[in-house]
Amino acid sequence: MSILAYNGAAVIAMKGKECVAIAADRRFGIQAQTVNTDFQKIFEMGPRVYIGLPGLATDVQTVAQRLQFKLNLYELRENRRIKPKTFMSMVSNLLYERRFGPYFVEPVIAGLDPKTNEPFVASMDLIGCPMVTNDFVVSGTCSEQMYGMCESLWEPDMEPDDLFETISQALLNALDRDAVSGWGAVVYVIEKDKVTRKELKTRMD
Amino acid sequence: MDILQINQTSDYKKAGPLQAHFNPYSYNGGTVLAIAGENFSVIASDTRLSEGFSIHTRENPKTYKLTDTTVLGACGFHGDVLTLTKVLDARLKIYEQDHHKQMTTGAVAAMLSTMLYHRRFFPYYVYNIVAGLDDEGKGCVYSFDPVGSYEREAYRAGGSASAMLQPLLDNQIGFKNQQGVTRIPLSREKAVNLVKDVFISAAERDIYTGDSILINVITKDGVTDERFPLRRD
Amino acid sequence: MAAILVAEPQASGFSFENCRRNIFLEKQGFIAPTAYKTGTTIAGIIYKDGVILGADTRATEDTVVADKNCSKIHYIAGNIYCCGAGTAADTEMTTQMISSQIELHRLNTGRTPRVGTANRLLKQMLFRYQGYISAALVLGGVDITGPCLYSIHPHGSTDKLPYVTMGSGSLAAMAVFEDRWKPNMERDDAMLLVRDAIAAGIFNDLGSGSNVDLCIITKDKVDYLRPYDEANIKGQRQGKYRYKRGTTAVLKSEVKKLEYEVVSSTVVAEPMET
Repeated sequence: MSILAYNGAAVIAMKGKECVAIAADRRFGIQAQTVNTDFQKIFEMGPRVYIGLPGLATDVQTVAQRLQFKLNLYELRENRRIKPKTFMSMVSNLLYERRFGPYFVEPVIAGLDPKTNEPFVASMDLIGCPMVTNDFVVSGTCSEQMYGMCESLWEPDMEPDDLFETISQALLNALDRDAVSGWGAVVYVIEKDKVTRKELKTRMD
Repeated sequence: MDILQINQTSDYKKAGPLQAHFNPYSYNGGTVLAIAGENFSVIASDTRLSEGFSIHTRENPKTYKLTDTTVLGACGFHGDVLTLTKVLDARLKIYEQDHHKQMTTGAVAAMLSTMLYHRRFFPYYVYNIVAGLDDEGKGCVYSFDPVGSYEREAYRAGGSASAMLQPLLDNQIGFKNQQGVTRIPLSREKAVNLVKDVFISAAERDIYTGDSILINVITKDGVTDERFPLRRD
Repeated sequence: MAAILVAEPQASGFSFENCRRNIFLEKQGFIAPTAYKTGTTIAGIIYKDGVILGADTRATEDTVVADKNCSKIHYIAGNIYCCGAGTAADTEMTTQMISSQIELHRLNTGRTPRVGTANRLLKQMLFRYQGYISAALVLGGVDITGPCLYSIHPHGSTDKLPYVTMGSGSLAAMAVFEDRWKPNMERDDAMLLVRDAIAAGIFNDLGSGSNVDLCIITKDKVDYLRPYDEANIKGQRQGKYRYKRGTTAVLKSEVKKLEYEVVSSTVVAEPMET
């Protein structure tokens, strides 16, 4: 078994019209045993920048804390909010520094540019190879299922409410075909004036 | 270097005697998909046959017509697929001459299961899906694992991109995770369109799926063929 | 670490802090995951007026396509570009690092950098890491000596040739070059040749796919064409898959209002009270 599947996780991020969404499941398990169903995998890294960290739970928390630390220093030094793209480089450098002894996380980043409100989604492999796309990114133990769903459901220029339905359905149906993720889900829809956080009703088995 | 413990293989120094293994299997990719409707069933497969990073042929459908109302979809190791379909055809012919009638879809599925389990400890490396019509003329789909466990289902994807196709079928045919939705019975046209759409998606992301698909629609009048092109990279 | 309040310690180079733990995990039977690979077809040729580099745009993670339109022709300097195959992160980071070194060198010397310099920096770095940085590169550019083209292997060996290919589709692409490459080709013929070589990789190698990117470097101009050719177009969807709003069951919903960022502020002079 891959160490990335030890705790189980699924994260998707999608672009919409002047908005982005990021969604994750909430399970924390040890292989087949579910331990917790309100585990945090999406972290707020600024008012309009979010990162999803699927992978080994210990590294999820370590990486989130290290990034928060780096981010605080950046904001103190620069006296401004970070751009999602700059934040992506920060994550990428953190991970590639450990090229030969990596953290077992495959991050997903979603956000709006603080100045232009341009939507931005990106994902990365565990050694920090950045990948910026125009549609959606997925990461986690059921990535194949999520690719299948997103590839069929996603369309350009969705309004925030439609984007929510699409990302939720893509995540929920993918989760149901994976044994180690699920048990609740959470969706953030990021717009220029507000962030909506919704907890979804899912199968709990 | 000691901490890293990197396994260094040397060109001039060998650790000792090496045991060589013969691996009787290879994997040739491909995806099959079947959907059962009210009075029809649809079974489709892509036509790419590949191994490793190379394509053997772009013109090899993985559906095999067994009887007038039964079609088998089989992918995995192509050598085993050929042998399995050959033996199946022979046994169906014997059955027809013994009983003066064609085997029903349910009987084909049961026979396939015993044939697969017969090779429990040296299995056919084949993922099978059987589609056809049941005794009442309703569409039916049977899915198998390589050693013969099988069940009847409403829809099923198998092969290299099965994980990509299955969740969308759950959602669009099984209406899973949808609140307050009217469950309309699946029409033949919608089923065929859905098959095309999920294969388009699979061809985008799975390197072993592509080139084109062959869609077979099974009704009481027989089996129809339809080709639909996919991306070829 | 937390004790340092002002700045992070600027440790350079790789960190091996997780290695011991990861080896322990591997011994427990947990398989180390794979990174993105660029299965890749990359190629380059020298023609009459300069160099043409070409690449496909697929990145794979095992048998799944991770990125359908990734950029594999990396910037080194204004007159030098570099195609990368192998582990995606390695090609990306290696070219970025060499690019920064070349830029510093350019500022120090005040001269247009030479392709040979970039080649030497790349091969010395890759050789130092003994092939563990798995980057296979095609480096091309035009400098004072004219057009130059190198292929660089992960262990640090290099070739200087008039036409080169790399990556899993290299054989398919090289077959096209061996058939049709000639010295002193015209620009249009040369572009078509590179396109066809990359397309051969895209269609016949499963690790390569999607579009063809080209980068044409001449003495006084660079044309980076991305995409040059969309070799494959996604099929047209038959059905509609937009859900009615309210289809997904929601347990809890909260809305957080955001303050607008101050993008610009103007100071208006007020007349002084007298």
